[in-house]
Amino acid sequence: MIYDTFLLFTGWLPESVQTISWIVIKILAIIAPLMICVAYFTFAERKVIGYFQTRVGPNRVGPKGWLQPIADAVKLMFKELVIPARSNRYLFLFAPVLSLAPALAAWAVIPFSDTLVLANIDAGLLYILALTSMGVYGVILAGWASNSKYAFLGSMRSAAQIVAYEIAMGFALVGVLMVAGSLNLHQIVTRQSGGFWEWYWLPLLPLMLVYFISGVAETNRSPFDVAEGESEIVAGFHVEYSGMGFAVFFLAEYANIILIGALMVLMFFGGWLPPVEIAPLTLLPGLFWFGMKTFIVCFLFLWLRATFPRYRYDQIMRLGWKVLIPVTLVWIVVIGLGKFYTPIGFIFS
Amino acid sequence: MTSKLQQLYKTFSLQELRKGMGVTGRQFFNKKTTIMYPEEKTPKSPRFRGLHALRRYPNGEERCIACKLCEAVCPALAITIDSEEREDGTRRTTRYDIDLFKCIYCGFCEEACPVDSIVLTDIHEFHMEENEERLIDKKRLLELGDKYEADIAAARKQDAPYR
Repeated sequence: MIYDTFLLFTGWLPESVQTISWIVIKILAIIAPLMICVAYFTFAERKVIGYFQTRVGPNRVGPKGWLQPIADAVKLMFKELVIPARSNRYLFLFAPVLSLAPALAAWAVIPFSDTLVLANIDAGLLYILALTSMGVYGVILAGWASNSKYAFLGSMRSAAQIVAYEIAMGFALVGVLMVAGSLNLHQIVTRQSGGFWEWYWLPLLPLMLVYFISGVAETNRSPFDVAEGESEIVAGFHVEYSGMGFAVFFLAEYANIILIGALMVLMFFGGWLPPVEIAPLTLLPGLFWFGMKTFIVCFLFLWLRATFPRYRYDQIMRLGWKVLIPVTLVWIVVIGLGKFYTPIGFIFS
Repeated sequence: MTSKLQQLYKTFSLQELRKGMGVTGRQFFNKKTTIMYPEEKTPKSPRFRGLHALRRYPNGEERCIACKLCEAVCPALAITIDSEEREDGTRRTTRYDIDLFKCIYCGFCEEACPVDSIVLTDIHEFHMEENEERLIDKKRLLELGDKYEADIAAARKQDAPYR
């Protein structure tokens, strides 16, 4: 319907221009709200962390502080972009882009509601896994191109951590794929229909926890935030970045958090489905439920940050390799055996 | 064996983590302790040492007798005094400058003063826009004293039993 209106206005243009402008419109329709969400997530973070620490958080810019993210964005845009001497100029500027692009591109396959999805591809889960694992290159390149020991150490730590947790994360998603019998995100969600107790968080509880913990580690969030450390390596891999370069890394980090939240909701919490499928709840748009659930998961990220001290580095590695990966492997076997060789196999479908 | 199982259960049920999150979760709903500074202010002690002022007697006569004890005691050499004999034969200051950048707000001048002339008020919100403004002269100090005399006297009275 929207496409018809679009054609009405652009019917006189050549077909190639139409196609390209339609694609650009679709990109903007996802990226623009996402960027606003990211901007306000930074605000929410400061506010929520403040509340956890019995402070009120930023409340000066605009009514109740609601213009704070805009002020921050404007400030970062007007700051000088410093390129360190003897750094690799091209990689230095390319790294933030490489970090942000996968975080945004992954949203192409996210179904926001039953009908609202940009690309409903069959290998959606695989696409997500492929793209989220690309993000680590941005981090490594940023650290290497900066020609700074702090940035390099930070990127090494961050890369080792991301690689370690990527595996547990992948295995957790393998569990989802086994239960759903599909890589298509839309189908994964529709298989969970039937209300709160039908969602995959229950049969896949260990995998859900593993996925969440890996998600926190993957985005370098507290308590796994050793990629930065004021006393040892300052800000980690992005020490040398200023102005927009820094802002892009910042956007990528927060876009990734929201992405992890959204994926968590799709895989384990029934995507756009309401918690109970009765009349008043089913009437609300799917986008609302999807947004609400994603918000709750993102809030958990902040709650974790406000609660836990950071892990020691060797403990992070131990948790990733020796706890989370075995847990996922065991549970995958449990799912496989339970689904095909026991009479209670129905709980895994 | 059972303790080992209990330990495993404790680990995998994330018991401790949930407990910790409960603690911070309660704080989330607690009353916030933030003081909205320019609108709200914390109470100040009557002994607060802020901007300087020169006081007068109730009849309008300036208290300072140019004894220069404050100048002598000032550890930062922030006070400069010149004095002369006035027509009525009393000794008065012709110049009383305080360099606010040198001053460390120790309050020794106030302690040294035999006539309670130089005092430190509780004003701490002041600023300068020109370098010269750091020097405050006798005129300005007396103005400050006149303006805040009520506050100064009240603070001195409140603290009197402990001096």
